[in-house]
Amino acid sequence: MNQFTVDAARSLPGPRWLAERRSAAAERFAAAEPPTTAAEEWRYSAIADLDLASYRLANGAATAGAPDRSGAGSDVIGIDGAPVTAVVDVVDGQVAAVDGIDRLSAAGAFVGPLAEAAGAEGLLGSVSDGASDYFTVLNDAFAPVPVVVDVPDGAILDGVIVVRHHAREAGAASFPRLVVRVGRAAQATVLDVQHSGGPALVVPVVELDVGPAGRLGYLNLQQHDPRAWQIAAHTARVERDASLVAASVALGGGYARTRADTRLVGRGASGDLLSVYFGAGDQILDFRTYQDHAAPDTTSNLLYKGAVGDSARSVYTGLIRVRPNARGTNAFQTNRNLKLSDDAWAESVPNLEIENNDVRCSHASAVGPVDADQVFYLESRGVPTPVAERLIVAGFFDEVIDALPVRSIEDGVRHALSVKLNQMLSHAA
Amino acid sequence: MSTLVIEGLRASVAGREILTGVDLEVAAGEVHAVMGPNGSGKSTLAHVIAGRHGYDVSEGSVRLDGTELLTLPAWRRAEAGLFLAMQYPTEVPGVSLLDMLTESVCTAEGAAVAERMQEEAGRIGFDEKFLARPVNVDLSGGERKRNEALQLGVLKPAFAVVDELDSGLDVDALRFVGDRIEDATEHDGLGVLAITHSSRVFDHLRPDAVHVFAGGRIQESGGPELAEELEADGYERWMPASSKPDAGAAPFTDPFGDPFADLLT
Repeated sequence: MNQFTVDAARSLPGPRWLAERRSAAAERFAAAEPPTTAAEEWRYSAIADLDLASYRLANGAATAGAPDRSGAGSDVIGIDGAPVTAVVDVVDGQVAAVDGIDRLSAAGAFVGPLAEAAGAEGLLGSVSDGASDYFTVLNDAFAPVPVVVDVPDGAILDGVIVVRHHAREAGAASFPRLVVRVGRAAQATVLDVQHSGGPALVVPVVELDVGPAGRLGYLNLQQHDPRAWQIAAHTARVERDASLVAASVALGGGYARTRADTRLVGRGASGDLLSVYFGAGDQILDFRTYQDHAAPDTTSNLLYKGAVGDSARSVYTGLIRVRPNARGTNAFQTNRNLKLSDDAWAESVPNLEIENNDVRCSHASAVGPVDADQVFYLESRGVPTPVAERLIVAGFFDEVIDALPVRSIEDGVRHALSVKLNQMLSHAA
Repeated sequence: MSTLVIEGLRASVAGREILTGVDLEVAAGEVHAVMGPNGSGKSTLAHVIAGRHGYDVSEGSVRLDGTELLTLPAWRRAEAGLFLAMQYPTEVPGVSLLDMLTESVCTAEGAAVAERMQEEAGRIGFDEKFLARPVNVDLSGGERKRNEALQLGVLKPAFAVVDELDSGLDVDALRFVGDRIEDATEHDGLGVLAITHSSRVFDHLRPDAVHVFAGGRIQESGGPELAEELEADGYERWMPASSKPDAGAAPFTDPFGDPFADLLT
């Protein structure tokens, strides 16, 4: 029995404009055809295995008001040592707790539920509506409490704003929504944690809006349960002379897909787009990126590095588009994959679509095993083979980890990667 | 004291026999030079001794102080006391020299490794800024060779196979690196098998014995004077008929060698 009905969307709490927006989305969703692998953008995905009707809508009301301060489990990577400005805990799509409001108000900034934000109606969908698809519409219809991070013009927030999404209800579908707006010449760093403790369907939508000369660092840390599914959409709009560093660390999920669109809409806008991903067991990690250069003198630099072991799979498909007016564009796209076992599989498909001649663009992709010559070099110095492989795989990720926009998280990410790698190597042995 | 004994060693690559029966014995503290033309298989000898992948050993033995090396994985050979100074040291992105040497079974635990590295870097003029950086990445040919000598100094092997020490080295670097290895032979009893195509390296690393290597085996052995003879007359006399250029067969090219090696010599 499909629970994702117009009535169900309409019954969610919130102001009237939000209820109307949800109803309209639910109607569009009801009329839409589910995607299939026949469509190019779902070609390598596991979408054929998704049985949406088998999930019930997460009953957020049951968890609201019962803040689970740990939110996510203790395995979540921490940022010991870095200053934290605010922490928002979201359980099954409901805001369970917000800490740090006082510090933010002092700077004129807001972090919390959408309904409490000033000018809320103009915020929701302002970035993602330009990139709608089947699952963003589903999120539009069923996100119970969107979370807003709103940083006003000129405000510089030094600490990290942490938003922890935890899918707690087993067998449920939840729809986290995060909207980040950074005003003119403002600056912020956001850590968005996605976690689940069991089988679940999580459909997050993230909107990042970086105003003129603003600076935003955004790190998505995905540590879902291996039985959980994630189908995420991250959409960013970067305005004149603004810069975005958008990164993801993807470790969990049975099938975890992230579509990341970056639209450089103002002259001189730039985006550094980074990802580290590591699949083991029978995980499938699926990434689609879109670097859309829609203004002159814009720069995007994408570096996605992943590893797959056991019988895990990864898919990377990326498109750089340079629109006719985007002269002076610099656009780079690099995807490298390590295949750590015979049964693992990685696909890498880079694409360019260039409609202006005055551009510098390049793309590179690679899929291969750990370099045997590198292993031999270390072995010939007396480093045991499994240790040599571990060092080389860890080193492979280093250039991305060093560039992550949240400082002090590097050690945690390295540790999580090494734990996963050691588990995998011990299976293989 | 250590002895490296190679007996009847035969090895092939992709079905083609490259080592055709190598016999050689090197005692602790001695430097033996193996000299031969390009394509004679002398780099293959170095790789087979060290345990590089891709070679098929059909016969023979390589023993270090009685321990058979050929049945051990490469890192166990290092543990047994063997070191290979490579002709073209491999870049290992993301792995620092310190981490690599700390993880080696040849070094003791703790902070001593970092101290030993600094000490060795000072001895051979290796810039300390490279110690924390990824192994060999963005290093010049000369810096890589200094790095090999530094590692030899830290790991303190009983026996070193040194493959084409002088390639990529300028005169100053060759002096530092050659003197460092020579010093280890005198003070630590290091045994050295120096593989080279020219006698340039002998200015700083003086051989006790010289072996002419051609056609995949040692053709003649002698004292240092043999190197002078080779320098004057070349290898023509020892080339087996089948590997002479006019015999029609292309000389063997080591799959792990530098594709431009012929252009550099």
